[in-house]
Amino acid sequence: MLRGKQTWWFESRPVIIGTGTVVGPDEGAGPLAADFDLVHAELDMNQKSWEKAERLLLEQASDFAIKNAGIRKEQVQFYVGGDLLNQLISNSFTARDLGLPYIGVFGACSTSMLSLALAAQLVDSGAAEYAMAGTCSHNCTAEKQFRYPTEYGSQKPPTAQYTVTGAGAAVVAASGNGPVITCATIGKIVDLGISDPFNMGAAMAPAAVDTIQTHFSDTGRVPADYDMIVTGDLATVGHRIAVDLFARDGVPMQDTVFSDCGLMIYDIERQKVQAGGSGCACSAVVTYGHLMKRLRNGELKRILVVATGALLSPLSYQQGETIPCIAHAVAIERGDA
Amino acid sequence: MATKTAGRGKFKPMSMSSKEYKTFAKQREPSRSVLANCVRAFVSGGLICVLGQAIQNGYMSWMKLSSTQAANPTVATLIFISVLLTCFGVYDKIAQWAGAGSAVPVTGFANSMCSAALEHRAEGLVLGVGGNMFKLAGSVIVYGTVAAFVIGLIHVIFGIRGH
Amino acid sequence: MQFLWAFLVGGGICVLGQLMFDVLKLTPAHTMSTLVVLGAVADALGWYEPLVEFAGAGATVPITSFGNALVHGALTELEQTGPIGVIAGMFKVTSAGISAAIIFSFLAALVVRPKG
Repeated sequence: MLRGKQTWWFESRPVIIGTGTVVGPDEGAGPLAADFDLVHAELDMNQKSWEKAERLLLEQASDFAIKNAGIRKEQVQFYVGGDLLNQLISNSFTARDLGLPYIGVFGACSTSMLSLALAAQLVDSGAAEYAMAGTCSHNCTAEKQFRYPTEYGSQKPPTAQYTVTGAGAAVVAASGNGPVITCATIGKIVDLGISDPFNMGAAMAPAAVDTIQTHFSDTGRVPADYDMIVTGDLATVGHRIAVDLFARDGVPMQDTVFSDCGLMIYDIERQKVQAGGSGCACSAVVTYGHLMKRLRNGELKRILVVATGALLSPLSYQQGETIPCIAHAVAIERGDA
Repeated sequence: MATKTAGRGKFKPMSMSSKEYKTFAKQREPSRSVLANCVRAFVSGGLICVLGQAIQNGYMSWMKLSSTQAANPTVATLIFISVLLTCFGVYDKIAQWAGAGSAVPVTGFANSMCSAALEHRAEGLVLGVGGNMFKLAGSVIVYGTVAAFVIGLIHVIFGIRGH
Repeated sequence: MQFLWAFLVGGGICVLGQLMFDVLKLTPAHTMSTLVVLGAVADALGWYEPLVEFAGAGATVPITSFGNALVHGALTELEQTGPIGVIAGMFKVTSAGISAAIIFSFLAALVVRPKG
C-alpha cells in the first residue's frame, strides 16, 4: 500500500524467514566475521576468474538462505537480484542455476534494499508466497570493471572505498518466524555534482539524506522510533557529511544510533581499506548477517537500513559526467514488536 | 508502532545547490598528506633510479659497454624486475606507499602493462591479453609519439637541424 | 657522487609526478602522459641530454626519458635521412623498452594469475 510520496507500507508484515551471507578473507578478518555463514580464505575461491568467484559467492549465499529458511528451493516463486557487473552476469548465471523466475535489478550498492523492498512488495501484495532477494560484489571484479587491473600500482586517496567481497540473500515469506519488514521507501536519484569516483561517499550522502527525510515525512516517524539507522556504504567521508546534513536540516539523528555498514564491516584502523567498505555486498552481509542476528536475539527492535548506490559507469565518468546516486530504505522489526 | 501525530516526521527537506554542496563536501574531505606523499615518492623514486644506475654500471663493467650501449639492457632489466614484482602481487602494495615514486619510473610503465595482461588472461590470449595490454600504457605511448611528431614537424617547417 | 645525482634527480621527477597526483588531482594516465610530453619538449629544447650526462639513471629511468628518446630518435633520423625520418626514427631508441615490456608481460600472463 502506498503511503506518502514514495513509501510502501506492508500491512501483512512479510517475514524474513531465512538469510544467507558469504564473505571473502578481508571481511573474515573484520569485526563481524562470526556473523557470516561462510568465510572464504582466498579471494579467488579456487575459481578460474574473479567473475566466477563472485558468482560462487552468490550461489552459496542463496543456498544458505533457502536452507536457513527451512524451505525447498522450488517453493520460492521469484528471485530478485542484482550486482555491479555489466549486464548483471553474476545474478543471471546464479538465477540460471537456481532455476527460479528471475527479476534482475540494478541499484549499484543500493541493490540489497532495492531487491528486499521488491521481494517484500511481491509477498505483501499476494504476488508471491515466498520471494528471495539477493546481491553480491567482489573486490577484484569491481576494480577490474570500474577502476584498474588488480595488480596495478595506483595510490588510492583517503576518500577511496574498498569493495566488499561477499554475497547476501534473504527469503521473504507471508508468515513464519523471523524479523518482519514493515515498510520501504524507494529513493529517487540525487546528483549534487560530485564527479570523483574515488569519493563515492560524498556523492551518495545527499541521496541517503533525501531518502531518510522522505521516509520520515511519508511515515510520520522520527529518528527516535528506530533503535538504529544504518546507511549502506557512505563510509567515513560520506557518513560524516550525512551527519552534518541532518544537523543542518534539524533532523535529530542523535536520538538513535546512526551508523554505516561500510564502517562496521571492517576494522578501519587496522585494515587497509581507506575510507571504509562499499559494494552491493556491504549492506547485504552486514544486514543479513549481523543486524538480523541482533534483531533475532532482541538486542535491536526496529531498524532502518538505507542502502546507497552510485549509478555511474566507467564510460560516464570518462565522458565528464557527474555521479547520480540513489538510496532505498527498508524498515525491519523484531517479529513480536 | 509509532502513532502518527500531525506534522511528525515533517522535517525541512534537504535542499542545497550543487555548488553549495561541493563546497560543503570539500570541507569534510580528509586531506591528502601531500608532504608525506612527496617525501615517499622522492625516496622510492630516487632509490629505483639508484638501482638503475647500479645495473647500468654493472653492464658497463661486466660486458664492457659504453653508457649508451648499456641503456637498453638496463631498461630491460628494470622492466623484468617490475614484471616479477607485479606477478608476486607486491608491486601494488609498494605503490600504495610510494605513489608516484613507483609509477613514474619505467617500472611503473611495465607494471601497467603486466597488470593489465594478467588481469585479462581470463578473457583469452588474443582478445584478453593481446587486446588489453596497452589499456593503461597506451596513453603514454600515444602522447609521446604525437609530441615527438609535432616537435619533428616544427623542426622541418622552420628548417631547424636535427640532432 | 653519480649515485647521489641519480637519486636526487630521479626523486625530483617523481615528486613532480606526486604533485600532479595530489595537487592537480590528475589520474596516473594523465600524469604519465604529461611527463612524457615534458620529456619530449625538454629534449627539443636541448635540455634533456645534458641532464642525462649529469644525472645518469636519474634521468633515463623516469618515464620522461621515454619522451626524450622518441624525440631524439625522430630528430636524429631527420638529420640523417630527411623529413621522413621524423616518423621513421621515433621508436629506434625506445624499442628495447617497449619490446621488453610486451614480451615479459605476455610471458607472465601465460603462467601467472593476479593475486588481487
